[in-house]
Amino acid sequence: MTLNPNPEIPPRAGEPRLIYGKPDVLLDRSTHYCPGCGHGVVHRLLAEVMTELDLPAHTIAVAPVGCAVFAYDYLNVDFVEAPHGRAPAVATGIRRVRPEAFVLTYQGDGDLAAIGTAEIVHAAARGERITAIFVNNGIYGMTGGQMAPTTLLGQRTTSSPSGRDAALMGYPIRITEMLAQLPGVTYAARGSVADASQIGKLKAMIRRACMVQIEGGGFSLVEALSNCPVGWGMTPQESLEHLKGPVVEAYPLGVIVDRGAAAPPPAGDSIAAGGASAATPVLPAEPEA
Amino acid sequence: MTEPDAGRRSRVLMKGNEAIAEAAIQAGCDAYFGYPITPQAELLEWMARRMPELGRVFVQAESELGAINMALGAAATGARVLVSSSSPGISLMAEAMSYMAGSGTPVVLVNVMRAGPGLGGIGPSQSDYFQATKGHGHGDYRVPVLAPASIGEAMDLMATAFELAERYRTPVMVVLDGILGQAMEPVELRFRNPERRAFDWALTGAAGRPARIVKSIDLVPEVLEKRNLNLQRKYAEISRQEVRWETERMEDAEYVLVAYGTAARVARSAIEKARARGIKAGLFRPITLWPFPSRELARVARRAHAILTVELSSGQMVEDVRLAVEGRCPVGFHGRMGGLVPTPDEVVGALKALHGKVERTREHEREIEREQQQRRRADWLEAQSGHRRPPIVDAPESTRQTETNAAARDGGER
Repeated sequence: MTLNPNPEIPPRAGEPRLIYGKPDVLLDRSTHYCPGCGHGVVHRLLAEVMTELDLPAHTIAVAPVGCAVFAYDYLNVDFVEAPHGRAPAVATGIRRVRPEAFVLTYQGDGDLAAIGTAEIVHAAARGERITAIFVNNGIYGMTGGQMAPTTLLGQRTTSSPSGRDAALMGYPIRITEMLAQLPGVTYAARGSVADASQIGKLKAMIRRACMVQIEGGGFSLVEALSNCPVGWGMTPQESLEHLKGPVVEAYPLGVIVDRGAAAPPPAGDSIAAGGASAATPVLPAEPEA
Repeated sequence: MTEPDAGRRSRVLMKGNEAIAEAAIQAGCDAYFGYPITPQAELLEWMARRMPELGRVFVQAESELGAINMALGAAATGARVLVSSSSPGISLMAEAMSYMAGSGTPVVLVNVMRAGPGLGGIGPSQSDYFQATKGHGHGDYRVPVLAPASIGEAMDLMATAFELAERYRTPVMVVLDGILGQAMEPVELRFRNPERRAFDWALTGAAGRPARIVKSIDLVPEVLEKRNLNLQRKYAEISRQEVRWETERMEDAEYVLVAYGTAARVARSAIEKARARGIKAGLFRPITLWPFPSRELARVARRAHAILTVELSSGQMVEDVRLAVEGRCPVGFHGRMGGLVPTPDEVVGALKALHGKVERTREHEREIEREQQQRRRADWLEAQSGHRRPPIVDAPESTRQTETNAAARDGGER
């Protein structure tokens, strides 16, 4: 089932018209994510956008260390696993030797905003033509709910059992705002998975971020505020309420910067226009295996 | 891509770092990622100028972590990738080395070694032998390590390094000391561009084929063990196929100097001096530090009177030498640290001391042998004349040990 059934062929009389389905790029598997987790929603949005923009066949994606380490089990595109925090550097290497590819990173907040700060800042500063999906749930989920750089003040985690105290543990980082200062960043936005309306807006942000890359712009980043019911010690419903309240208060939603496509896409270098680059590729064509 | 210098043969004076960089370019290097550090900086600078000229990729990363992970990404798509650094930078790259070994990502990594530990110094040193051959990152893995002893050889080995990396899907290290990186030598502009392989694993976008994954994680123990067993099979294959070494003046050598890199060149001079003083010395030079030429060295040890290992370190390779020799002959060591290089005279001094010790031991052994022969003869004569006498009472310790063990094995019947 694809999302875009050919509009040229009208449905036959009496046949239900397909208006919504699972994108093929999203593999038919149940995920390892905890009940209520927002990662699945972000995967789904990404799969929809990639399918709509005809990207999967050109995509090389970078998986992080963290809950989304198994992203390649759910998204049916070429994937490389990066060491913890290094996805933007790995993506830089891919981008530079494969100018025709659509390069995507998927990172969590521990990965991107703690151990990988140098890599994300410099990939953004270089204006690497990559699209970064940044899922911020304010906690290290996979290792058992420890404090992240994005954990809210006062929030209890397994490594801040009395709540995050600014005097001892510092303040939460709004890294998307920090990155948005850099001229190499063409697009930076923050959305949320809290409800249907927010999910719709988040999808539009992801779509815009992908378009920036397709159009030959610089670095594009979407921060998706997400919930971690298990790590936060809440029911899924409570965690979504928490997400809409204190989390959004600390991390305001919206487009933070949109510098537009920095330059018109080089001739023949548009993935949307039909795949492989006509510009001189750095690598020779892949030999037949 | 046209290779302007390919096939052209002439001798020019080149600095080690620059010659290596050019050799990598001529070997078809698609992308270079680096970060400034002495004493490898000229390699990065050469790449900064040459790679864009050729329409290839050069990125100065934000750190060695950045550089090696860019290399990981580029190599995962099938590109021919070079990274270079010096000791502390290699320590930072250790994490990604482990990932690359685990995920089978072919990258060539040059380490122009500093004198450690810590920030240490920038003089010539081989203090990263352990790091290169036993370590860098975590986990059960190995990395082929090539150790040239001249700038010309380093240039040859760059192509070899890419070949090994791509044939075995592994990171490959080339280690040099600061002299080889910084010195200038006349070199022949003879280059080799290894043939491109078809990679059935490279990430190029899943158009018309199933998606591919380059990864090292596997949380199912049985599956991970299988991955590890495959890795170990690969390392066994490399150990069988890719051992490289060289010998000199070994025809009649009684004393063998084992050394690599610049230390081997000092040893070469020392051998001439030692021979002038009547010590028949030869050189055994490992070119692959892993796989170490253990079998070959063991063969040499069978006929050698003694081995002297010379290193620009506290004695790291000497451990592998001893493991290979397995007590077949005495193994001595001479090294300097901190960025100092032993002089040939120093090495000859160490060799003479070893020679003296060995000669004294051999003389002592000959004396014991003579005494034993006399006793056996006396015993035999007494036995012939009908007298009984207990066997040797003051046999050397090793003999007594053997008899005790034998008695125990035979249930004490003796």
